[in-house]
Order: sequence, then structure tokens, then C-alpha cells
Amino acid sequence: MVENRPFLTFLTHAFLILGFLVVALPVYVAIVASTHDVSTLMSGPVPLLPGSHLIENYSTILTSAAAAHGLPNYSHMALNSLIMALAITVGKIAISILSAFAIVYFRFPFRLLAFWIIFVTLMLPVEVRIMPTYKIVADLGMLNSWAGLTIPLIASATATFLFRQFFMTVPDELLEAARVDGAGPMKFFRDILLPLSRTNIGALCVILFIYGWVQYLWPLLVTTDPGYYTLMMGMKRMVTVQDGVIQWQLVMAGSVLAMLPPILVVVFMQRLFIRGLTETEK
Amino acid sequence: MDTKRTTFNNRLLPYLLLAPQLAITLVFFIWPAAQAVKSSFEREDPFGFSTVFVGLTHYRQLFADPNYLDALWRTAVFAVSVTALSMLLGLAFAAAVDRLARSAKIYTTLLVWPYAVAPVVAGVLWWFLFNTSTGLLPFFLERLGIRWDHDLNGTHAMILIIIAAAWKQISYNFLFFLAGLQSVPQSLIEAAAIDGSGPVRRFFTISLPLLSPTTFFLFIINVNYTMFDTFPIVDATTGGGPAQATTTLVYKVYQDGYVGLNIGSSSAQSVLLMLIVMLLTFVQFRFVERRVQY
Amino acid sequence: MAGIHISEVSKIYTGGVKAVSSVSIDIVDGEFIVLVGPSGCGKSTLLRMVAGLEAISAGEVKIAGRVVNQIEPAERDIAMVFQNYALYPHMTVYNNLAYGLKNRGTPKAEIDARVAEAARMLEITQYLERKPRQLSGGQRQRVAMGRAIVRKPAAFLFDEPLSNLDAKLRVSMRGEIKRLQRRLGTTSIYVTHDQLEAMTLADRLVVLNGGQIEQIGAPLEVYHAPASTFVASFIGSPAMNLVKGELHGDKLAIGPAMVALNGFAPTSGSVTVGVRAEDLRIARDDEEALPFRLEYTEELGAQRLIHGTVGDQQITAAVSPEIALSPDMRIAVDAKRLHFFSIETGKRLPGNVPAEAKLAPVEPVI
Repeated sequence: MVENRPFLTFLTHAFLILGFLVVALPVYVAIVASTHDVSTLMSGPVPLLPGSHLIENYSTILTSAAAAHGLPNYSHMALNSLIMALAITVGKIAISILSAFAIVYFRFPFRLLAFWIIFVTLMLPVEVRIMPTYKIVADLGMLNSWAGLTIPLIASATATFLFRQFFMTVPDELLEAARVDGAGPMKFFRDILLPLSRTNIGALCVILFIYGWVQYLWPLLVTTDPGYYTLMMGMKRMVTVQDGVIQWQLVMAGSVLAMLPPILVVVFMQRLFIRGLTETEK
Repeated sequence: MDTKRTTFNNRLLPYLLLAPQLAITLVFFIWPAAQAVKSSFEREDPFGFSTVFVGLTHYRQLFADPNYLDALWRTAVFAVSVTALSMLLGLAFAAAVDRLARSAKIYTTLLVWPYAVAPVVAGVLWWFLFNTSTGLLPFFLERLGIRWDHDLNGTHAMILIIIAAAWKQISYNFLFFLAGLQSVPQSLIEAAAIDGSGPVRRFFTISLPLLSPTTFFLFIINVNYTMFDTFPIVDATTGGGPAQATTTLVYKVYQDGYVGLNIGSSSAQSVLLMLIVMLLTFVQFRFVERRVQY
Repeated sequence: MAGIHISEVSKIYTGGVKAVSSVSIDIVDGEFIVLVGPSGCGKSTLLRMVAGLEAISAGEVKIAGRVVNQIEPAERDIAMVFQNYALYPHMTVYNNLAYGLKNRGTPKAEIDARVAEAARMLEITQYLERKPRQLSGGQRQRVAMGRAIVRKPAAFLFDEPLSNLDAKLRVSMRGEIKRLQRRLGTTSIYVTHDQLEAMTLADRLVVLNGGQIEQIGAPLEVYHAPASTFVASFIGSPAMNLVKGELHGDKLAIGPAMVALNGFAPTSGSVTVGVRAEDLRIARDDEEALPFRLEYTEELGAQRLIHGTVGDQQITAAVSPEIALSPDMRIAVDAKRLHFFSIETGKRLPGNVPAEAKLAPVEPVI
């Protein structure tokens, strides 16, 4: 647009920079706090500039701090978080793409019923069925297991709908050409559909990785064995101290480390992230 | 519900492809939901040996329970506040970024990352910032004559979780509003410019009305988010307190069921929540259907 | 190489809509058949039934003497070229051509040889390692053709393959398709809504309307002796003039004017009279003529189209650009160039085939 309003443009920049500063404030304070020692933090408001205990705090959190709360090693919990995030990502994508393929490329009795069963998951987030779901997982002997932590979370309508929507935009002629070329359903799926879905799979990976990484309520319900604790649960344990002082400098160091992986994913895969976010919610 | 013009003829294969998803959905979604409905009409004896059908008793008790009605009201206040706050800021940022062609990408990067912060971490960060003894904000508030104490003051606790929940959601709203603004046809903006309206006036008379579908969609999504995805924020910071001041409906289901083991009441609460999600989902999809026809 | 026999084939959709009703066409080995008609006439559906992409509701399709109704498309020994080309976007041109052969377990050396041959024939050898999106529309079209050729099928099926190209490219690709088909001698069925494409490509064309065959014949047969008013108005540009007329013995009345028929009258009473624009001419002063009121003209360069009315009926005539025009003119036509159609059925009335239609078909030029 040919328009020159330098003052308005200046205001816009100023507003955005101010906005960023406010949005970033809690994270900045967390980083600063993670560089001070506990006595500095307890003796009044947090300083606005970094201190000198950065290496000490981060090495404590990575080595011994968690054990003081009866938690496993920080790196152990980080590994658990990673396993959980990856298992959910891979599992969700796998079952969603297969069911979307079935729904779009086949006609069969009860197809509509299957679609509605999948749709219903949208209306039943884990938060509304806490007790009975817990009971089923317990009855199946899946408490304190990777299966119990991940499998109940990998059914989702949104990923299925995303693939369905994408498949509907794949030209019909591609399937027809493949059939004339002698490709059966699974060959078509592997040779044509899967490669074409690459971008969508990538976008979903970003969104689902974050989804899996930040899971909180579900692991809280189904794991009592500290060996399965994820970072999110560790965080909560570290701030619920019955008596004595909260080691804020360590909590903040832990928080900074815990939010780093998903933030890095978002920042470095911004295009896929935005695509994943805006496409899955349509 | 369409398929492709031509489809494969295999009879068994589609069922095999659907089996994993359907099995998980049936076992971990539909069956528990049915159980919740069932046990919301039953009372278990203290030893769990037998159950009696009690009809709507649990529901009647809920609606007679001031604690539940309080939680309902607080959840509404929480949801509307978070939605309004995060949508307004998201819209403001989007409008600003939309004006700047060259630096739009860098500002987008600067504003989207809070989405990736886990709710529990967001809660802890803001809790620390508002911490009565060490926090930065109470220190400044004190100078304004406000004694901040979210451990004792219910309103303060509510404000704390509203801010933490809204903070996380700004980036989401920002991205959708930005996408909406960028899809406003350039020719419309140019036509308005020729008609002599300045950028601010253009925003309110052209862009904003065209964003109304996005706004409505985001409203539903945000209410949904605040009601169901903010559990970790509450659990990690206020724990529902002080004196139930931040106990939302979801938190209450968790407390009464998982912690308090009051299955009947917790199930009835679950069923009511399901009805709320169904209503929200229904409204959202009715709207999406309409939007497709545009 | 093979003939294709379509007998009494129908397509009935759930809900009872009849897209194709009882169509029969016998296609001999090596023949180029064009299915032409307006959109919704069932031509694509018919082609897709031959391909096996659409179930056959009734009737029988035979390819090389074998009934293929229940046979998968891949087993029918056909190759298809789609309107949007349907190239696999993530595969190189080479892999696009090779995919069908690989699926059939053709040895690698043989695939290489066939792809190289097809690529040479279509002049796309230098693009073999490119992806489809790096190609122009015309090049993509060639790749789509190549994918059909490498298979050496019993028949080519073309579904509006040139519709996505611009006008100039369409003309040159049209020539190329014809040349390739002659060279390979492969039986072909070609679907188009473009009557010019149909005329120029076909050995025989099949005019379809409302799921039924209006006429089958060589292009010139159809042009000179359209079997119905539908064919008359669909084939040829500008469309044949169709006006109401009355036959009185050996005279034809069109509005206020009378034309002597010199024995060409097939019947008597009301008829629809057809006359091609190029069969009309400016009348000499001494002959019987139709009073023509000029409305506007269109310049085609070699010809000039003059549009106007005779009585209250629209008429278009093609005349030489050198002829002087005036608002009121007189136009004439030879009686033997008139076509007569029944008012009720729109069918051609027999017994008056103009002489030109009896010309021997032009030998195919290679």
C-alpha cells in the first residue's frame, strides 16, 4: 500500500515492542532468577539483572536437586517427557492417517458410524471423564506403564479430520491414474498418499509434540511410580514443599529447561507450526 | 460425508485401517463416558460391594450445593475474563503486525512462542512473579497501595490464574486474527483508502467486521480452552484455593472424584461438563458449516 | 491392439438418475473415436466405464474380445490421459512414466528402454529428472501422454486432455495426438466438449446428448448430414441456422419469403429448416431470395459473418469481406443445401441428403 504515516508506523513498532516485553516478562524474570542464589531471592523482590550463580544452579538442577524432592533425576524426567511426547506424536499420526484413509478412500457399511465415533472424541476431553477412565486403565493393569501413559491419548478426531480434509483435496484423478497403473490400496497409500502428506505430517508433528510434552493431568492420574514422572509433574512437586523454603532459583532453572524444547520447536519450525495450528482447528 | 469419486473395493481392509483408532476410542473414551453417565445415577455403598439406583439425586444435590454453584459461577467469570483478555491482546497485536509488511515475520516469531509453554510452567512463572515475598509485581503494587496476597485473597488468586491462562493463549488468538486480517482482500482496503478513510478508521469499518467469523470461532475455542485446559495452572499454583476461590468445574471433578473419591457426585459433574462441551462443539461445527459456504 | 465393443451400456446412479442409457458402439482395431457432447451428456461417464473407474450398471464392455465389466482398471490393458494430467507430483517424470511398469513387475532394463523411447517420441528426454511442477502445461501434457504410451496398452482413453491448455498449444497438441495415434495405431477413445477438436481428430465421432447417442459417423458425414437439430446446432461453427418453415408442395415459406425447392421437399407442412452460414449467399437480382435485415457483423478475416433477421427469425450468413453491405439485403440458398428436420422430434427428415455428404471420406494424412 502506498501510504506514508511515519508516526503511526512508529507507534505500531513501539506498541509491539512493549507488547513483547510484557509477554516476555515472566520468562525473563525466570531466567534472571535462575542465576541468583536462594538468599538473594528470599531477601526481597527479584533483581532485574542476572546474578552469578547460573552454572551452579543449572548443574544442581541437572544433578541433585530433584532427588531432594523424592524425584528421579532431572534428565530421567526429561527423557520421560521426550518419550511421552514422541510416542503420542507418532501414535496419533499413525492411527489418524490410517482411519482418514479408510473413511475417504473406501465405501463400506457403518462408515458413517465410524466417522461419528471418531467425532465424539472431540466432546470427551480427559478432564470430563477423569474417574471412569482412570478406572479402566487400572482394570487393564496399565497404571504406571508407558502404554497407560500414551495409548489413551493417541485417539483424536482433530488429526483424523486434518488428514481427511487434506485427502479430499487430493485430485480424484491421482487415485484413478494409480489404479490404471496397477496400484492397490496399500500401494497407493504408500507410494502416493504418504509422500503427498509430508507437509501435513510435519505440521502435525510440531503441534502434537507440544501437546505431548505439556501433558499434565493424565500422567498425574496414571503414574504413582516416580520412575515414570515427566518434567511437568516434577515441576509441580518442586513447588509444593510442605515446610521449608521453595528453592526458587532451582524451580526457575528447571522451568527454563522444561520450556526450552517446545519453544525451540515453535521458533525454528514456525511455518509448520502455524500451518499445523490453523489447519487442525478448521 | 463424501468419499472419493472412485473408491477401492476391498471389504475387510477399511475395517482393519480403522480398528486401532476405533478400539482406543471405544475403550478409553466412549466406555468411560458411559460409565460416568451410569454412575451418576447410582450410589455405591461405602465398601463398594453394591450400588443402588438413585435417579437424579446427585444432580439435585449438586444444584443445591452452594459450593458447586459457586464453582459454576467462578468458571464462567474465569472463562469470560481469559477469553476477553487474550482475544483483545491477540487482536491488537495482529492488527499491529498486519500493518508492518517487512518486519511482520520477526514480530510473529517474538509473539508466538508462549503457545509452547506448558500450562503448568506458565502457572509457576506467574506465581513466582506474583509471589508475596519475592515477587516483582507485589513489590510494585505495594507502592500503589495494593497489598497483594493471592494466598489469602480469593480475588487476587483469581486474577493470578486469569493472567496466567490468558498469557498462554494470546499467541493462539494472535495467529488466527493475523491469518484473518491477511485474508482480507487487498482491493477492499485500497477501495476504502480511495474513499478517504485512514488506517484506524479502515480497521474498524472494514477489517474488523470481516473478522467476525474468526472472532466467533475464537470465542468458542477460548471458552473451551479456559474450561478444560487450564487444570494444570490451577493445580500448580492456587490448588483451587484460597477457600475454593479458584476451584473451577474441572478442578472440582478432580478433587471430588480422584482425591475425595465421591464417585456419584463426581460422575454427575462429569456428565454436566460433557453436556457443556457438546454444546460448544455443536455450536462450533454449525458455524464451520456455515463458514464453508462463504 | 484390439477392438472395443460397447453394447447396450447404461449408467444408473442411486436415486435413478440415468447418466448413460443403452449406448452401443463398435470400435474397430486402431480406430480413433471421439465422444463429443455438451457437459452432462454422459461422455465422460461412458469413458470411465470403459476404463473401469465407474461400475457398469447394465450392458457389456468388451476389450479385445474379453468382457471386462468385473475387471480392475489395471487388468483391462488400457491407458488413460486425464484432463488435469494426474501426474504424481512428488515423482520425477521418469518415475511417473515408470510407475505403472514397476507395479507390473517389468524388468528394469525394459522399463528404461520403454521410458527412453516414449520420452524421445514426445521430446521430453531432457525433463526426465524433473518434477511435474517444474514443467509447463504443454510439457505436463506430454508427460501424461508418455505415461500412457510406455504401457503399450490395447487402447488409449483420453478424458478432455487438452482442456487445460491455452488455445494455441491446444491446436499444436491436437496435431501431435493425431500423429502419435496414427504412428502407434492404438485404438483410442477421446472425450471432448469441443466440436472442432472432435471434427479434427476423429475417424468417427459419436455425438451424445442426455446420455444417448444422437449420431455416429465420420466427421464430414455428421457435418453434412446431421441426424437431428441437436447435432446440427452442436457441430460446426457458426452453428447451423435453424428456422421455422412451411412446405407447400415444392415451395418453402420462411416468414414472408418463398423459396422454390426444385424437388427437394421431403414432406409437407411445418418443418424446421437448417442451413449452414456458408451455404447462404447474397442473391442475384433476378433470383428468388429471402429479405435479410442486417443487425451486426463479425470479421473473421477470410470471411465475414453477417447476423440479422429474416422475418422475425435470426439468421447468420458467412460472406466474402469484399461484398458491400446494406441494412436491407437479399440472401439466397440452393435448395439442395437445405436440411429438413421434424418439428416434433427434431430428427432429420429422410430423402434429401445433399450431394457433398456423398463425398468419399478424406484419406487420413500422416
